[in-house]
Amino acid sequence: MSAVTAEHDHDDHHHDDHSHGPEKGWLRWVVTTNHKDIGTLYLLFALAMFFVGGTMAMIIRAELFEPGMQFVDPQFFNSMTTMHALVMVFGAVMPAFVGLANWMVPMMIGAPDMALPRMNNMSFWLLVAGVLLLASTLFMEGGAPAGGWTLYPPLVLQTGKALPFAIFSVHLLGVSSIMGAINIVATILNMRAPSMSLMKMPMFVWTWLITGFLLIAIMPVFAGAVTMLLTDKFFHTSFFDAAGGGDPVLYQHIFWFFGHPEVYVMILPTFGVASTIIPVFARKPLFGYSSMVYATAAIAFLSFIVWAHHMFTVGMPISGELYFMYATMLIAIPTGVKVFNWTATMWKGAMTFETPMLFSIAFVVLFTLGGFTGLMMSIAPADFQYHDSYFIVAHFHYTLVPASIFMLMAAGYYWMPKWTGHMYNEKIGQLHFWLSTISVNILFFPQHFLGLAGMPRRIPDYAIQFSDWNMISSIGGFIFGASQLLFLYIVVDTIKGGTGEKVTDEVWEDAHKHGLEWTLPSPVPYHTFSTPPTVIPCDHD
Amino acid sequence: MNEDVAVKNKRLVRNLAIVAIAMFGFGYALVPLYDVLCEWKWIERDRPDAIKAIPETAYEIDKEREVNVEFMTTLNESTPMIFGAEMTQLKVHPGEYHTVNFYAENKTAAPMVARAIPSFSPALTSTYFEKVECFCFSEQTFAPHERKVMPMRFVLNPALPHEYKTITLSYTFFDNTQTAIKK
Ligand code: HEM
Ligand SMILES: [Cu+2]
Repeated sequence: MSAVTAEHDHDDHHHDDHSHGPEKGWLRWVVTTNHKDIGTLYLLFALAMFFVGGTMAMIIRAELFEPGMQFVDPQFFNSMTTMHALVMVFGAVMPAFVGLANWMVPMMIGAPDMALPRMNNMSFWLLVAGVLLLASTLFMEGGAPAGGWTLYPPLVLQTGKALPFAIFSVHLLGVSSIMGAINIVATILNMRAPSMSLMKMPMFVWTWLITGFLLIAIMPVFAGAVTMLLTDKFFHTSFFDAAGGGDPVLYQHIFWFFGHPEVYVMILPTFGVASTIIPVFARKPLFGYSSMVYATAAIAFLSFIVWAHHMFTVGMPISGELYFMYATMLIAIPTGVKVFNWTATMWKGAMTFETPMLFSIAFVVLFTLGGFTGLMMSIAPADFQYHDSYFIVAHFHYTLVPASIFMLMAAGYYWMPKWTGHMYNEKIGQLHFWLSTISVNILFFPQHFLGLAGMPRRIPDYAIQFSDWNMISSIGGFIFGASQLLFLYIVVDTIKGGTGEKVTDEVWEDAHKHGLEWTLPSPVPYHTFSTPPTVIPCDHD
Repeated sequence: MNEDVAVKNKRLVRNLAIVAIAMFGFGYALVPLYDVLCEWKWIERDRPDAIKAIPETAYEIDKEREVNVEFMTTLNESTPMIFGAEMTQLKVHPGEYHTVNFYAENKTAAPMVARAIPSFSPALTSTYFEKVECFCFSEQTFAPHERKVMPMRFVLNPALPHEYKTITLSYTFFDNTQTAIKK
């Protein structure tokens, strides 16, 4: 198979300035336009931010270990919840998926590189600038934003000196992800190998195509919303200022028009990774490929018309409450199709349980749990109890941690041997899996009980009847946090040589039947598919 | 990559960039759209007529019904005032006129321009809450340490749907002195 991919037939005017392997020295990483280099940069940056955001989470859980104020003052605590969310969403999860797209999309569709390599470099460095700017607000007079990641006015307008910097950082992050999304969409639509039709594309590519469109549609709306905050604060406009005839609730509508599709930006590529990994370890083609494609598109479409399920309590006419309630419930249908298909793919498969598969199975189970609590909250009258309590914290952490984060881990284990040419340590990988899966449930499951019992979110102190579950949740949090150091160890260890075992080109048994990337040598050469492959493996009908 | 693909990429990137810019505009278009949706009652919001004087009309008093009207007074963040109402609630018959006195005091030694903004809960009742006289119709100027008593005269339009038994009217005073100076 790999004979097809004669990646060494360098033809100089095909890729002008970078035809003979990476540049020497550290400058390579600054000026690189190679999709693999940029993918690596994104992934390592995301990993670093995962630990930064994780440290903030540890501070939060330490403070909540016991009732009363222990370690930090309330203002800083609130900064921590706000910054934890912003760093994890915009610094860790989204960049990690962009990094995966950079690495894998060209290799999966048989393209030599991304459509716009130079823009690719630019979007990465804008991301770094945006996150650094955001982090710098921690050291400003008045502290970092502390009104929640949703940046609701009027509260967020009470932020000190940091406000304009936080807003500019959102602008930078927005521009960066729009550029990244445009690049990915252009690559997928224009750079596919001639024989790769849309309905032959791997699911990961499909989910990213749709995510790319989502990002292009919503990031500008978020940029607009924060620009309105900025002009309200400094230029006497009154979009959200009641004194001038504005309405703070308007902000919530604009924010959630962005915010709800945004949560799908984080989950659709997650679905894509799951649909990639599960068939390989079940040794079966993906069940219901075309229904997976349509379900993804349906979820993306629906995500634009359900935003006010975040606002059931602001006061809407009954017709609005009912509309948003039923529309939200509809999302469970295409989501259910996906869960069904993953399960059916595993059904009677010759399954083996290497680390990537373990994470994928945990994802299917635990994401479904998060979906169920979502369904509970979509019931408008019931949501009056759940809203702004720890119940919703439990909901979205189930959809983000054992879903998005777990599948990012799974993707790491799955593709690392291909990227580095070295095998990771399976024993430590499985230890990482079990510790993470057990502790993530100790961490988040009790938060359902806390929420139902009435503990509000975003508070540094609480009534004593919440003590026990909080302590258990914190213990789970510390174990989870510590376990992630194992992943860091594995990444470093694998890059340095791993188990020393020589990995084959296909790495996983028969993987070449599931994706073009496994037809390439391990480690992948710096340039691949300079000429498009002619034979496309197809793991579905 | 060959010429063809380069041209296609360029065109696609241009189109997608146009979409992104259009969506930025769409964010702003949501502002007037929001008002329209409120007008159509798709979204619940205090009507603009809640801060407009309505000429006193004689309604037939509906002695059968009694609606509890609650008054709340709030100061926006760091507005240096004292603000209150002479009563926290009042039982009224639709069609019957009432006057309630509010009082406000400038706590500073400087002149102050402030604005009270009403808000109703449930918001849809604002259409039926007709005010003939209110301190909220315009900005109020306070001399240093001045204390004012400000009457608010209102009637509940008897067309008020029967399911509304309690209406909460909340006023928030905003300190607009800085904005007034700039103007
Ligand atoms: C079956 C699918 C889902 C349904 C029906 C659903 C429903 C809901 C509802 C009704 C809320 C609002 C709760 C409230 O504020 O009272 C909510 C919040 C949230 N959901 Fe979901 N959800 C689903 C899936 C997801 C997924 C896949 C993600 C992310 C990957 C997600 C992330 C979030 C987040 C982050 C919030 C909280 C936002 C905030 O207030 O900070 N949800 N969800
Ligand atoms: Cu949502």
